[in-house]
Amino acid sequence: MSEAVKTPVLETKKLGITFGGLKAVQDFNIRIYQGELVGLIGPNGAGKTTVFNLLTGVYVPTEGTVLLNGVPLNGKKPHQFVAAGVARTFQNIRLFKQMSVIDNVKAAFTKDISYNLLDATLRTPKFWKTEKEMTEKAMDLLAICHLEDKADILASSLPYGQQRKLEIARALATDMKVLLLDEPAAGMNPTETAELLECINTIRDRFGVAILLIEHDMSLVMNVCERIQVIDYGQTIASGLPEEIANNPKVIAAYLGE
Amino acid sequence: MKQNKTMQGYLLNTVVIVVLFAAFQMLTAAYGGSGSFKLVIAPCLWQCCYLIILAASLNLVLGFLGQLSLGHCGFMAIGAYTAALLSLACERSEVFKNANDPVYLVIIFACILAAGVLSALVGLLVGIPALRLKGDYLAIITLGFGMIIVNIINNLPFCGQDGLALGSASASLYKNGLGFGSKSKVTFLWVALLTTIVCMTMMFMFIRSKYGRCIRAIRDDEIAASASGINTSFYKVMTFAYSAFFAGVAGALYACANATLSTSSFAFTNGGILNSTFIVVMVVLGGMGSLTGSVVAAVVMFLVNYQIKNGAWVALLPASVQGVFQYPMLVYAILLIIIIVFRPKGIFGAYEFSLRNLPADLKASRARKAAEKAERKEAGAHV
Repeated sequence: MSEAVKTPVLETKKLGITFGGLKAVQDFNIRIYQGELVGLIGPNGAGKTTVFNLLTGVYVPTEGTVLLNGVPLNGKKPHQFVAAGVARTFQNIRLFKQMSVIDNVKAAFTKDISYNLLDATLRTPKFWKTEKEMTEKAMDLLAICHLEDKADILASSLPYGQQRKLEIARALATDMKVLLLDEPAAGMNPTETAELLECINTIRDRFGVAILLIEHDMSLVMNVCERIQVIDYGQTIASGLPEEIANNPKVIAAYLGE
Repeated sequence: MKQNKTMQGYLLNTVVIVVLFAAFQMLTAAYGGSGSFKLVIAPCLWQCCYLIILAASLNLVLGFLGQLSLGHCGFMAIGAYTAALLSLACERSEVFKNANDPVYLVIIFACILAAGVLSALVGLLVGIPALRLKGDYLAIITLGFGMIIVNIINNLPFCGQDGLALGSASASLYKNGLGFGSKSKVTFLWVALLTTIVCMTMMFMFIRSKYGRCIRAIRDDEIAASASGINTSFYKVMTFAYSAFFAGVAGALYACANATLSTSSFAFTNGGILNSTFIVVMVVLGGMGSLTGSVVAAVVMFLVNYQIKNGAWVALLPASVQGVFQYPMLVYAILLIIIIVFRPKGIFGAYEFSLRNLPADLKASRARKAAEKAERKEAGAHV
């Protein structure tokens, strides 16, 4: 394996954040390589979502750095993190509810659209060309998540499972290198979870992106993740292959109590 | 395929607008001389024009961007004074001789444009700090900025202090320049109409582009918007400035339509139709997120306001009701409450009128009503 020399897509070095006196996350180190699917698990309140917020620029870390393809992202705003290639979904679904499904996806193309206000006002050929391309690309992404026939309905009228998928489709539209999924299977029934799994696999095969997954559904995590990192009270307590994690006494203690 | 249809729609709209505009010009030419047209209809149309632009421009911020701004009249004041002072300066330096001078037309449009641009600049300056806040805080700070703007204008020496008025020291403004008399109001009515059409088109194009998508995304969920790569602060400030531009244009039209200009007409305490909260009422009434709604609501609110003040029927009402009409704001408040109770999303919700889609929309609405009726019938049968 040449992984030793390859730069990881996403890497954190001694990442930490304190809120007042509370050390929410400390000394968090993770490396994710291209095409890898890594799971991040931990009991409730362990700091998983805080890690996501640090990785997407929502929180500014009090120590440590986030590197994307070896380039530090210090001091950047969330939308600049996205432009650099980090996309995410949210634990509690955050869609643009009053917009159509396709507009939800197209909104995420904004940073790639180069026409200006004048083009938009005068409806120049450049405007039409860009809009047409964006519609086609958006339909493509919706097709991956099996939403192509719902393109024109309001996002809020989609059933729960499809809203989750639309959120993933929207994240895909940002043309990212790393995809962070915050509990994508939460509240889903087994059929929906299976569909989601298929969707995640398609994404990985087609885009070759690295995926970091927070999940409580252990069977999902154990099945799909190649590596797992476990945190508790903001600190990494274990990391390794799924079977190692499943048998790690520290992890069992964290989940079940001593 | 879809694009061709959109093109057809644009073509249809353009043709209809041109035809209506031509028909209107012919009507004005035919009846423009009559007293009632000159004294009632033409001034009313002027007012409607600037109220429409004003309501629609606030809708960009309130309905599409989802930020409550209560300082819109401040931008309108900037526009009004810019246009008035510019035309005054042009007249004093004798750029044009009289209203028949072809240069005069250029100057009118230049004044309107300058009013918009200056408003937009101030909008930019106000927006950069103000839009860091949200909700009530933003409402309060924009309210404050609106008052500050009006007060500054009031204290600028070259703004005529207590108003630019016919006969006052600073007011050769209204001899030939903007501030049309009743005859010019008819002659130049097309300027107001054309400006309104252009402004509405610009706003519509803005909404139906990446900008519209962006700002609606920000309205629905700002965190998700920035997680989708949208530079939220940029688009917020930009929309705020863009909206201020149109408020400025509306102000310029206001300056044209009025023989006097006084800062008290833009003040927050103004009980008349020009009041930042009044414009908010128009937007909410028409539907936040529907430019069509803003147009209709502006006209409706104007008519209500006009009828309360001038309607012959008011005299027939009992004295107590007439007393309420002394304070038009009470009437608007009641109107607003009725709308909120029965149609919480405003008259139009987020619906946009479209000639091409009209048959389909009507059909859908009829089908929906029939379905509702059937449902009610069924529910009734079960009871």
